Formats: sequence, C-alpha cells, structure tokens
Amino acid sequence: MSTEILDPVAEAEEAAPSRRGLRKIGLLGWVSIAVIAVALLLAILGPIVRPFDPNLSDLSFANVGPFGSHLLGFDGQGRDVLSRIMVGARSTVLGAAFVALIAVAIGTSLAIATAWFGGKFDASVSAGLDVIFAFPGILLAVVAAAVFGPSLFSAGLALAIAYSPYVARVLRGAALKERAMTYIAALEVQGFGAWRLCFRHLLPNISSLIVAQGTILFGFAMVDLAAISFLGLGVQSPQADWGVMVSDGKTSLLQGYPIVSLTAVICIVAVVAAVSFLGERLDASSKDVLR
Amino acid sequence: MLRFIARRGAMLVATLLVASFAIYGALYLAPGSPIAALTGGRTVPPEVMAQLEARYHLNEPFLTRYWIWLTSALRGDLGESIPLHEQVSTLIAQRIGVTISLVLLTSVIIIVVGVGLGIVGALGRGTVDTGVLFASTVSAALPAFAAAVILQFVFGVMLGWFPVLGTGDGFVDGLRHLTLPALALAATSVALVTRVTRTAVREELGREHVQTAISRGLPWSGVVQRHVLRNAAIPITTVVGITIASLIALAAIVETAFGLNGLGAYLVQAAQNKDFAVVQGISLVLVFAFVITNVVIDIAYALLDPRVTLGSRAQ
Repeated sequence: MSTEILDPVAEAEEAAPSRRGLRKIGLLGWVSIAVIAVALLLAILGPIVRPFDPNLSDLSFANVGPFGSHLLGFDGQGRDVLSRIMVGARSTVLGAAFVALIAVAIGTSLAIATAWFGGKFDASVSAGLDVIFAFPGILLAVVAAAVFGPSLFSAGLALAIAYSPYVARVLRGAALKERAMTYIAALEVQGFGAWRLCFRHLLPNISSLIVAQGTILFGFAMVDLAAISFLGLGVQSPQADWGVMVSDGKTSLLQGYPIVSLTAVICIVAVVAAVSFLGERLDASSKDVLR
Repeated sequence: MLRFIARRGAMLVATLLVASFAIYGALYLAPGSPIAALTGGRTVPPEVMAQLEARYHLNEPFLTRYWIWLTSALRGDLGESIPLHEQVSTLIAQRIGVTISLVLLTSVIIIVVGVGLGIVGALGRGTVDTGVLFASTVSAALPAFAAAVILQFVFGVMLGWFPVLGTGDGFVDGLRHLTLPALALAATSVALVTRVTRTAVREELGREHVQTAISRGLPWSGVVQRHVLRNAAIPITTVVGITIASLIALAAIVETAFGLNGLGAYLVQAAQNKDFAVVQGISLVLVFAFVITNVVIDIAYALLDPRVTLGSRAQ
C-alpha cells in the first residue's frame, strides 16, 4: 500500500477482498441475519399477530406449563408467555434500535464537526466527551430514572447520551483521515461549501464504519436497556418487555418454574449475540475499506 | 513521570468537578422545585421544610449552593434521606462493604479465570484452544442479569449448592452468598480478558526473540515466563483494569438480582423511591470510584510500559 500513484484498477482490487468478505459471511453470519430478521419482524408485527392478550391474567393458570396453543405456558400471574414475548419484542428491540440511532446521530455529528473545524473547538469538545466517559451508562440511566421518573424514554435517552462519546471517538479518527485527503482540499479550492462537502463526500465515505458502530451499539443498548427494565427503572411492569419478563419470572424461577425468565433471557442473548457477531464482521470489513 | 502524574491529577480534579456538578445539577432538571424533588412529592412537616430550605441554601445563587453542597460532601456530609430520616453517609457506610467485597471477589475471578484460560488457550492448540474460544464466546454474550438468573436456577434451585438471595452473616457464609453474584458479574468480563490474554500471548509467542530463545534450546517454561508472559502483561493489565472499573456500576444489577444489601441495589431502590439525596450521594461515590480507578490504571500502564510517551509531547 506504499505506492503513491493512484491507480484506480489497483484500488478496486484492493477494495474487492473486503467486499467479498462481507458477502462470504458463513453459516453463523446467515444464522445471525435470520435471528435479527425474526426479532425485527416480531418487533413490528408482534403486537398484531400475538395469539392471546398478553395482559390477560388468569390466576388459575399461574405457572402452568405449555399445553395446546399456549406453546410456552403461563407466567406467575397466569398470562400467556408466548404472547408476552411477541409483544415485548417491540420495546426491547425497537427501543435498543432507537438508542443506537440517536447515539450514532449525535456521535457522527460531533465527529464530523470536530474533524472539520479542528483546533480549539476539537480540543474543547473532546475534553467534554471525556467527562461523559466518567459516567457509566447504567449509572446515568439510574440517575435519569430518579430525575424524570422511570420509563423507557428516560432510560433510552440517558444511554444514548452515554454512548455518543464512543461513536464520536471512533468516527473522529476516520473523519480526520478523510478530511486530510486531497480530494476534499481540491473541492474546497473549487469553492464548494462545508455542508455540501461534509454531507455529499465525507459522510458517505465513512458510512460503512458508521453502520458498523451502529450495529455494535445496538447490541450494547439491548443489553443495557433490558438490564434497566430488569431493575424496574425502564419499561414498567404490567407492560410486556423482555427485560421486565426476566424480573417478573424470577419469583416463579426461584420456586422451580424457570420457563418465563429463561425464555426471555434466551431471546435477549440470541439477538445480542447475533447483532454483535454481525457488528464485529461489519467493523472488520469497514476498516479494510477505510485502510 | 511526576509531570505525567501531575497532569493526570489535574484532569482527574477537573473531571470530578464537572461530574459532581452534573450530579448536583440533576436536582434542578427534575420537574417542580428542587425541594419537591428532594421530598419526592411527599408531604413533609413545615419544620422539616424549613430545615431543608436552610440546608440547601435556596436563597443563595446557584453556584454558591453547589459549592456549599460539594464542600460539605467532601467533608463526608451528604445530606439526609428524607423517607428514612438518616444521614446519607451512614446509609452508605452500612452498605459499601458488601459492594467492595463483591467487586474484589469478582476481580479475583476475572484475573484468575480470565488470564488463566487465556494462557491455556494460547499455549495449548487444538481441542483445548477451541474449548476456551467456545466458552469465552458463550460467556461474552451473557449479560450480568441473564447470568444471574441462570446461575440462580442451576446452582441455587436445581442443585441447591449456593443460597440465591441475601447477604449472609460472617466471613464464610458471606463468601458463600457472594459466590454466585460474583460469577454472574464476572461472566462477560472473564470472556473479554480471556480473549485479550489469548491474543496477547499468541502474539508474543510469534515474536523473533521468543523464536530465537526456543531454537537455542532454552527450557520452554522459562521462555514462557521470562519472555512471553512478561511482555504480554501490558495489554492484559490494561484490559483487566478497564473491566474492573466497569464492575463498579454493573454491581447494581447483580446486587438487585441477588437481593444483596450493597450500594448499587440501594441506589436502584432510592431511584425508585425518589429518595434524591441518596441517589446523589451514591452516584457521587460511584463516579469518584470509577474515575479514580481509571486514573490508577493509566498510571500503572505508564509505569509498566516504558514505551508509553507521557503526555502529548510525542505529537
């Protein structure tokens, strides 16, 4: 990669293996994509296609195992577990997706702005981000729950703010490299404005890294949001949510009926594992492209 | 070196100031007046109200109020829990021991199991290495609360080996009560440390000086101890430090899951009860612990690795 002459053919050949690498994701990659697709489908359609009312409680069925059309049985309050899993996918999966989206939006804007302006602006923003690093995401979410009352919204917002410095740090490096490229300088000399350069040229060129960071954050967000709902500081109890279900099912689990908590745990772990596997793959291939 | 420590110290103080400011300012973000936030909407007798107004110096400017709060917090006076009528510092002192023991025990597990498995995976080939990789991949995907629930069911309910709730009395019983929580808290971190250790040791094994030492016929164990592990120690120390710092906040999840009477579980409870003085006090303690641990890691890293350029002179 030390050749100084820009040879488009050589460049295309260099980029090719990573693109092929993305296509060749192997069996595990396809399984991951399938798991994520099912989770997204459930998140969108779950509340519509659920077989039973997720909040209909019949105590005479409390902790009754699977039978007939109740494929996963009932929880400690006699509610249909399968329906609750299907409905709970919405807040768990879409909640995490929104957290990742917001964090990526904030982080990307900060990264591009600091890389573009540099100097004192860069130094002061980076110092500010270091301070946010001093707050672990979970702690910020707990404080947010105390201030604004426990809800998915306050927990999600706190997590998005806590994650944005990570995105900003990773992307700032890539944006700085891109900023220093000759084509940017050439376009600047031709009189193109900063907005146009950032949005039309800089942003698309680091987009693969942005997508990878977003995917990785999506996994983190799902774990942390579920943990906060498990603590009772996120989604509130009667509402179905995977994190809430883990904590709702704990009483039954300690009495020897684990299906409620374990089903929710398996759903969370499966989606998180799939997302982080895919995220690491995307990250590796995006770094190949950017190099 | 002294200049490096001084610069990190200055950054530490700045970070702590801003963090404490944010924690204090959060009170004013809450809907309603700060007094309403402190009482959590409870009706309190007028004399308590007057006491609170005097305590929080509400007739002073905001920055003065913050300064008074911070200086009294540094003297150990974190205010009073309104629902419990007790000093926040007393409430923290009663619970901090559980959290410290939990984090210490978890750290020991992370270091022993994580580094141990990493070395075993890197030195052993074939089945051993595949096993280590598989185990670390599985445990990396287990969030603390999921690990807690699974451990409670398997070792508490099914096998009955360990208690699933509560703190226990005395050292041995306490340790028994802390075993499952520490394992749950360690699950993700052990996987991370194992992976980093495995990669670091592998990398050192492939280096020329190691290959030379082996080809000269030096004893294998000596080569591993002297040349491989010593050099691999640098990335391992960093990742161990970072994961241990992250335990400070994550302890809240495990403490709640296992009904341990620690700081984190109490923070969660206080957030649910809107006991704002307690939330502020514990957050302050946790953020201080987190930031200071990170600085200690930075300094340890600089001491360990002579190649680290101290400060930004290298640029």
